[in-house]
Amino acid sequence: MAQATMLEAIRQAIFEEMERDPAVVAVGEDIGVYGGAFKVTEGLLAKFGPDRVMDAPIAETGIVGAACGMSFLGLRPVVEMQFIDFIACCFNQVTNFAAKSHYLWDAPVPIVIRGPSGGGVHGGPFHSANPEMYFVHTPGLKVVYPSTAYDAKGLLKSAIRDNNPVLFFEHKYLYRRIKEELPAEDYTVPLGKAIVRRKGQDLTIITYAAMMHTSLEAADELAKEGIEAEVVDLRTLLPLDRETILASVKKTNRLLVVHEDTRTGGIAGEIAAIVCEEAFDDLDAPVARVTALDTPVPYSPPLEERFLPQRNDVVAAARKLAKY
Amino acid sequence: MSEVLTNEQQLNLYYFMKLNREVEAAMERLFKQNKIVGGLYASLGQEAISVGTASALVPGDWIAPMIRNIGALLTRGVPPRDIFTQHMARFTSPTKGKDGTSHFGDLKGRHIVSPISMLGDLIPVMAGVGIGARYLGQKVVTMTWIGDGGSSTGAFHEGLMFAAMHHAPMVLIVENNQWAYSTPVNRQTGIRDIADRAQGYGIQGVIVDGNDVREVYRVTKQAVERARSGGGPVLIEAKTMRMRGHAQHDSAEYVPKEMFAYWKERDPIPRYEKYLTENAIWDAKKKADVDARIEKLVREDREFAENSPFPPPELAEQGVYCDGCHTIEPEWKREKPAVSGGYPAAHQVKDYGEFRPAAVAAATVAPAAVVRADDLELSEEMMAAGPNGKAPIAEETALRVPFGRGPKDKAFREEQAAKTYSRGGSGKTYPQNKQQQPHGKLPGKVFTKPFTKPFTKEFTKAGQGASFQKGPHQKPGSTPRKNFVKHPADKAGRA
Repeated sequence: MAQATMLEAIRQAIFEEMERDPAVVAVGEDIGVYGGAFKVTEGLLAKFGPDRVMDAPIAETGIVGAACGMSFLGLRPVVEMQFIDFIACCFNQVTNFAAKSHYLWDAPVPIVIRGPSGGGVHGGPFHSANPEMYFVHTPGLKVVYPSTAYDAKGLLKSAIRDNNPVLFFEHKYLYRRIKEELPAEDYTVPLGKAIVRRKGQDLTIITYAAMMHTSLEAADELAKEGIEAEVVDLRTLLPLDRETILASVKKTNRLLVVHEDTRTGGIAGEIAAIVCEEAFDDLDAPVARVTALDTPVPYSPPLEERFLPQRNDVVAAARKLAKY
Repeated sequence: MSEVLTNEQQLNLYYFMKLNREVEAAMERLFKQNKIVGGLYASLGQEAISVGTASALVPGDWIAPMIRNIGALLTRGVPPRDIFTQHMARFTSPTKGKDGTSHFGDLKGRHIVSPISMLGDLIPVMAGVGIGARYLGQKVVTMTWIGDGGSSTGAFHEGLMFAAMHHAPMVLIVENNQWAYSTPVNRQTGIRDIADRAQGYGIQGVIVDGNDVREVYRVTKQAVERARSGGGPVLIEAKTMRMRGHAQHDSAEYVPKEMFAYWKERDPIPRYEKYLTENAIWDAKKKADVDARIEKLVREDREFAENSPFPPPELAEQGVYCDGCHTIEPEWKREKPAVSGGYPAAHQVKDYGEFRPAAVAAATVAPAAVVRADDLELSEEMMAAGPNGKAPIAEETALRVPFGRGPKDKAFREEQAAKTYSRGGSGKTYPQNKQQQPHGKLPGKVFTKPFTKPFTKEFTKAGQGASFQKGPHQKPGSTPRKNFVKHPADKAGRA
């Protein structure tokens, strides 16, 4: 089996789900003839035809609204945001219509909204954002943010089969930078389950998406100094896997949360609160966090590098935490 | 022709319009008795639109009503008790008390998509239902409603454009009731007839007298047939008047009295009653029978609602997610497409309509006898104050109704009204907001002093304590601050 990039893994997931179930359709800007801005949906139109692979006008509210409508008939639309930043344009449709339908009038909305997110590629303030927390704050949605090709494929399949609106964030920095061999057979990765990527006993680093790789690199560095960090990859931000978080914190007694999202209102705050509520007596040190700055994502490389958490930031914070 | 109705159908139109009005009258009484928990949004005077349009659909079609489309819900078979219990927030309501008003749906049975308060969002949703249904081979038509106010939203544009591009089998009813809350049409948009917008989307737009239920039905029926046979979406603008405020709390003092009078003469129900009598479709006995039936139903359902329990508090925590409580399976009406592809796209299948409007054989919807904005016989005075002003907007002088209805606002209104506002333009200038110092004129001073000097002053605990105790900030000569003394009764405990 050849190695697959994360981008190819996502493409495989959509292909295989569309093959498996004719109720799965794809909608998005330039996803058909052009194959998507990042070529995630390349080849989809030729295989499944224009009924199931719909090139859409630049109208995010129109697209997501139509997807909600299709889902009422039992279809399972997979919507692409050309860049996930543009989900802001259909915020109302996502948070007020899709998210509330099941709670209010018992109408499930099985749609997936997926798109490239995150910084590190000099996309500037409108093509690099991590808007996941707007949606983590919205009951009724599920929010997924994978960090590996294997997870991306398995989680996307779960998301498509899920009966709820799922927001699927694909870190564009990882699209073609990571590769791994994927199983030949159909597999899924369950939503709402975090995973321990690296075992350690000195402190816990909770992270997700591209920062998972940064955290693993930092953990290797720390190991040279004799600090063994346990790295937990959240994978799904909503619902949050409290059990895995708490189990790791109770084991290491020190917690560092690392995320590429901005600091204020990031998931680190929520995790710190959970740990304070349920594992306060297990803590040997205050919860620490390494995050992006509380600014828009700047464009110029030196600015963006300053904005994004770097490996050394994680190492320094972990070192300080271990010594506390 | 399909739009010719049998006597029974004609009586049904009356039944549902009258039922609509009686249900709302009962709710108005409940509101005054404080039995309606939230807001109440009347459709008084607009019943012909809700009922006439919804009657043009067949079972299996999909609707997404607006908050005022109680009549559409009733016509599609929703019992009055659902509407009463919704407004009264009871456990027996369709949303079990989780939402009020007509915010409820019926996905499987009656194919009703629940409205949300954000206007326009249902248009792309119903476009999607139409597109999805066509893919599954279901020959359904979707219908949704929007007001003159809601037609300003971005979702209206995106949804209609999406529907038009996909040639979705959708009929959009724009209920132009002249007011978006307190704002008349000519303060919302630069056009006079909202149906004109249809042209910009490449779809057909027609105007109908929204207070004539027969015309509403006839035009809608044609539009529905056109949409069903692949002719694409149709926009129908129904001219009408909201005969109440935006909601019960709003006394609508901003509406000129002449305007209410003008439209009261065109009340759709007496107008239709007259037609039924003149054409001997009913007699006094028949009318009395129908009215008695309505009265009984409304009474029974209202009593049912009043006797219904409120939901148990723990319900608040339930139902955010579907965790397998629904089995989601589409209903295929054409051969399940071969997953390898190569099958023709739905829009290329003859039966489901050609994609290109030129190839559509469906009949064009005949324009109604009435009524562009110019046809409404509104006097100059009415137009000056209200909607459909004939003069170009640029020439008008703003008479803004202040927000709120308190005594101060009333005084403000009277003061403004007393002034002479010439429609020819008074030449009066209005004070502009004082401009801020322009950015180009920053003081020439350059900040040269580096911010390197450390902040040396330290706050010591001792210093703080001293200041609190002795009150050194007290000005000389002033009376010393009194200590806080407990209320004498506190010792014994206040009653």
